[in-house]
Amino acid sequence: MFAYAVKRLLAIIPVMGVVALFVFSLLYIAPGDPAAVIAGDIATEDDIARIRAKLGLDQPYMVRFGGWLWALAHGDLGVSIFTNLPVAQLIGQRLEPTLALTLCTLFVTVALAVPIGVIAAWRVGTWIDRVVMGFSVLGFSVPVFVLAYLLMMLFSVRLEWLPVQGYVSITEGFWPFLRHMILPSVALGTVYMALIARITRASMLEVLSQDYIRTAQAKGLASDQVLYGHALKNAAVPIVTVIGIGIALLISGVVVTETVFAIPGIGRLTVDAILRRDYPIIQAVTLLFSGAYVLVNLAVDLSYTLLDPRIRY
Amino acid sequence: MGIAMRSSLRLLALGAFSATVAVSALAPREAAAQKTIKFIPEADLRSLDPIWTTAYITRNHGYMVYDTLFATDAKFQIQPQMVDKHEVSADKLTYTFTLRDGLKFHDAQPVRSADCIASIQRWAKRDVLGQKLGDLTESWTAVNDKTFRLKLKQPFAYVLEALGKPSSNVPFIMPERLAKTDAFTQVSDPTGSGPFKMVKEQWVPGSKVVYVKNTDYVPRKEAPSWAAGGKVVKVDRVEWLYIPDSATAAAAINSGEVDWWQQMPPDLIPVLSKNKDVKIENTDPLGSTGMIRFNHLQPPFNNPKLRQALLHVVNQQDYAIAIAGDPKNGKACASFFTCGTPLANQAGSAVLSGKRDLEKAKALIKESGYKGEKIVVLDATDQPIVHPQALLTTDLLKKLGLNVELQAGDWGTLITRRSSKEPVEKGGWSIFHTWWVGPDLATPALNAPLRGSADKAWFGWPNDPELEKLRDAWFAAPDLAAQKKAAEQIQLRAWVTVPYIPTAMFIIPTAYRSNLAGILVSPMNLMWNVEKK
Repeated sequence: MFAYAVKRLLAIIPVMGVVALFVFSLLYIAPGDPAAVIAGDIATEDDIARIRAKLGLDQPYMVRFGGWLWALAHGDLGVSIFTNLPVAQLIGQRLEPTLALTLCTLFVTVALAVPIGVIAAWRVGTWIDRVVMGFSVLGFSVPVFVLAYLLMMLFSVRLEWLPVQGYVSITEGFWPFLRHMILPSVALGTVYMALIARITRASMLEVLSQDYIRTAQAKGLASDQVLYGHALKNAAVPIVTVIGIGIALLISGVVVTETVFAIPGIGRLTVDAILRRDYPIIQAVTLLFSGAYVLVNLAVDLSYTLLDPRIRY
Repeated sequence: MGIAMRSSLRLLALGAFSATVAVSALAPREAAAQKTIKFIPEADLRSLDPIWTTAYITRNHGYMVYDTLFATDAKFQIQPQMVDKHEVSADKLTYTFTLRDGLKFHDAQPVRSADCIASIQRWAKRDVLGQKLGDLTESWTAVNDKTFRLKLKQPFAYVLEALGKPSSNVPFIMPERLAKTDAFTQVSDPTGSGPFKMVKEQWVPGSKVVYVKNTDYVPRKEAPSWAAGGKVVKVDRVEWLYIPDSATAAAAINSGEVDWWQQMPPDLIPVLSKNKDVKIENTDPLGSTGMIRFNHLQPPFNNPKLRQALLHVVNQQDYAIAIAGDPKNGKACASFFTCGTPLANQAGSAVLSGKRDLEKAKALIKESGYKGEKIVVLDATDQPIVHPQALLTTDLLKKLGLNVELQAGDWGTLITRRSSKEPVEKGGWSIFHTWWVGPDLATPALNAPLRGSADKAWFGWPNDPELEKLRDAWFAAPDLAAQKKAAEQIQLRAWVTVPYIPTAMFIIPTAYRSNLAGILVSPMNLMWNVEKK
């Protein structure tokens, strides 16, 4: 397995190279000019041309790409065209809120969705199953931003229990941190929860029909031991796969959630950068997301060997 | 209930633990510091250099951290600000300025003549009025640390107006070490001598900007009036919290999480007006003006007849309602100079304010010899002021039987495409819409889209030497009466060559919690004089 992991890690390098080329080329041909955004409405063409030259945006494609790759190879992500701050610093400022939101969402969704899915499978065909499946359909159907506004209206504006917006670092206190995370995590996690609950139910249903489950029940094992000791463990591989795939859903969902709840995370940084054509930020964030996605996939693949001893690399 | 069910529920309960505890704890709302104003600005502060960019948000940041030599007050009079006294020589070629006592930068260094000269020289390289002043300047000389002198090549009646220019680019005074930076390179050190200091370490671009009171600032004694008068800071700290989503911003001010929302969309007025703790007011006395801008280089709008045709069908009331939502927040203004300012006038305005006449417009189109050339209207769907104008204009053009195509994109794309001088078949354009704040269209000196200087003109590039001559005549006008006459002549000419069509004036209201007082009525968002009770 070690050799496999090393091989997969080495494969990340060409993957990231292709991503880098793709991202840079797309931005190069995309319409929009940061110099025009900077110069503002009153600027003349000459003003824009001078700003473009100052920023090096008038250089040929290969020169710009080569310069960017060279800097990247030296760990330099560049400087934001607008704020004049290092991109690494901007990402560093935004990483904590996004990681916190992603982890809280993962925690809430996995901790709730797996038991819900197990219950639905255990009580298949009953009202409990129908309620879970109904929730699942609803969870898929309600867009994140709609749910976010509804939660905000109820818990923040009407009941005044939780804050409307913003982010408080965990270093400023656990409760303030948690209060700011609850609504965004629930809003973002609902779709994800519906997905995992559904997959858990389907996977459990398949396992629960196996002979060894009947044998376990026949020898008098308690139901929870059967469910969690035997069935869930065997049903875990597809569930973990979906959790892994779901990271991509979370990444895209984070953009909307961070905007609605005004959380200064990577998602909002990306959207803002795209709107004003801040190329160094867009390039760095896309690389970061791609790298994270590749690593999550690798972690999921490696976890299979822990969950199912039959799987060997 | 079976054992398995109980186990599952136990897990569920565990999973919900954090949320349950958090909600049941119902921690009291964090006590906001009494002297901190939490403010939602109109946009995200991206750049700290108000000379490098004309963005209004950066201009407003400039007013927080910098000061100016002169400033315009609510009566459009130029008042000294950092300057204590000034003298003009009899031949009107030499201006001598003396700074007030006690002016200090945030790094505790005194403000010196050298700082002022370097700042004005940098500004003069970027600003439209500054460039005019720069062209006429023979020299700037520091007499001593507190006194400096401007020598002109010829008399220029607008020296003080230039130095007291209220909107972008404002001639803010920076330390010489920063003002020596090339005018096309961004300054990222926010050291100024203004009433607030920026806490740069706490700046999170895209989210939060923090300012604290500059306790060393010495305000003038006069009452505040726009950017003039005493800049007395009455709070300890101001936090700008950029909340891009308007529904979230509305919820935040409704719940009291923020104190002040600079610009709220009109459609949210009914929501917020139900809350007795929130006040909704218009603090911008001049509002903003929308406009239809033509490409004068390419067919079909290189033909004045076609531009004139549109004057007969544009209904400013329609545009006002489309932009502002509520008729109370929008109005017609058939003048090329901001209504409510001294040069606004009605010369020739009947062509835009009179009865709308589709047949007259069609007759002008026929006269123009229009051959069905494609008209491309650029739209920016992410801009709530641009988008409705683009839709209305497209509809009008269709009603006139013109071959029109609405090309939707975002603002970033629009402002890039508008610099193209190519025909529409090669990525060019025919019409785009934008808007300007009141002070920017108030005089011929400032009104950039009213220029007729061809390649040097603003996007659209009208070539109208006669208009330029009339502008020069305005610069030469000796007093206000003569300036008004000159402005009327410019306007009469503009109705003929139609560099652009003013669509409507509109106001974007501000909302604030009732525990705030002293918000200044001004075209710029100014934060001194505001108290939090």
